[in-house]
Amino acid sequence: MLSKRIIACLDVRDGRVVKGINFEGLREAGDPAELARRYNVEGIDEIVILDVTATLESRQARAHTISAVAHEIFLPLCVGGGIRTEGDAAAAIEAGADKVSLNTAALQDPSLITTLANRYGSQAVVVAIDAKRQDGRFAVYVRSGQAETPRGAVDWAREAAERGAGEILLTSIDRDGTKSGFDCVLTAEVSTAVNIPVIASGGAGSFEHFAEVFTAGRADAALAASIFHFNEHSVEELKRFLHLRGIPVRLGPGTGGP
Amino acid sequence: MIALVDYGAGNLTSVRKALAHIGAGFWTPVEPAELARARGVIVPGVGHFDSTAALDAPWREAIDAARARSAPLLGICVGLQWLFEGSTEAPDVAGLGAIRGTCTRLGAGSDSRLPACPERSRGTPDSRQDLKVPHVGWNSLSFSRPTRLFEGIPEGTQVYFTHSYAAPVVPATAAITTYGAPFSAAVEDGLVSGVQFHPEKSGDAGLRILRNWMSHVPSV
Repeated sequence: MLSKRIIACLDVRDGRVVKGINFEGLREAGDPAELARRYNVEGIDEIVILDVTATLESRQARAHTISAVAHEIFLPLCVGGGIRTEGDAAAAIEAGADKVSLNTAALQDPSLITTLANRYGSQAVVVAIDAKRQDGRFAVYVRSGQAETPRGAVDWAREAAERGAGEILLTSIDRDGTKSGFDCVLTAEVSTAVNIPVIASGGAGSFEHFAEVFTAGRADAALAASIFHFNEHSVEELKRFLHLRGIPVRLGPGTGGP
Repeated sequence: MIALVDYGAGNLTSVRKALAHIGAGFWTPVEPAELARARGVIVPGVGHFDSTAALDAPWREAIDAARARSAPLLGICVGLQWLFEGSTEAPDVAGLGAIRGTCTRLGAGSDSRLPACPERSRGTPDSRQDLKVPHVGWNSLSFSRPTRLFEGIPEGTQVYFTHSYAAPVVPATAAITTYGAPFSAAVEDGLVSGVQFHPEKSGDAGLRILRNWMSHVPSV
């Protein structure tokens, strides 16, 4: 049976892992390669590197971080933040990323999704959607949650999938960094609207939250950052918990499974 | 030396890193004639089956010649599919045909018994089955028989998949994975092996599988 994936997100700024609350107030959490190595040992299923302050000049710095992480781990690696052009994506993939995550750029120019899917395959193209509850709907925001768009999350996810995206990385801005649980309503709406995997993000605070998003939220994968970074909980413990709850997960050698 | 065949199907960075990590000597041949010195051949690939059209007659002859010299051949992902006769993803493109059978779209098996659903396009939900395609993530291996490829790998080990098409279960099948229906997660027929999953992205288990394959590549 296909396992539900647990994904660790490394929010990177200037080569260091940071993590914000509601996209602001960053606090430092460590060296990306070092964290990736620890997560690999604990049985993480995938790593996402999010360049939170990506600028044009930082492409090289980003390549350096990707390369350092890809050297440490032999797991799927996704890179996002500041991937605006085909060239940005090519540089990230060349450095060792298996997938790139598009956000603002995909909304501005949705044909970029198709261009990259044709060049690298849909499996390499993740469309990241940052959504916020607004007047009974889920509004899509861009520019790290700063700018509202007229798009709805479900509608945009559907279009992204039709244009060739291989996965949706769905972040609830309301829940991000709050540890109050994933937005299961948002996640379930998007996950049932598209036929590609949906990664839930934003709000992970307890093991129970993961169980909820995999059942009520119908997520295919769940992503978290701070819950893992500060050693509050290990990936291994989380997976054991989910396994006991009957949720299919990949158990590592240290967790009693194959 | 292992020939890592680059026919432009996606990105080889991950495969290169994994091979370097396990200490495999490899190079990427620029033309088919270079395969004459290959002790083993890897055909990787992600993406669409039609990209394998780049493996034209001279490449196929060179790969067949390497096989005739007893050089082990490993196909990864689309590379495994290419070992078969073809794929419905690109019906005009012939596979190597080393293994009998045709690859088909995941979830298509049950579709064929149902009325056509013309309004369905890629990326929209299939309410009948709820089978998301591509199949992305970690899924378990069930071994059909003992093989060299999976020496020391426990039954049920999970590996990383990302694909929309899959090969049928055939006599050459070494490992089965089920997603909607059972498919060939790996094949092994003499010196021809293939894996539908990505060993270079499957953590320690994946590296072990690559090492297992490597250990049957003659050295020097």
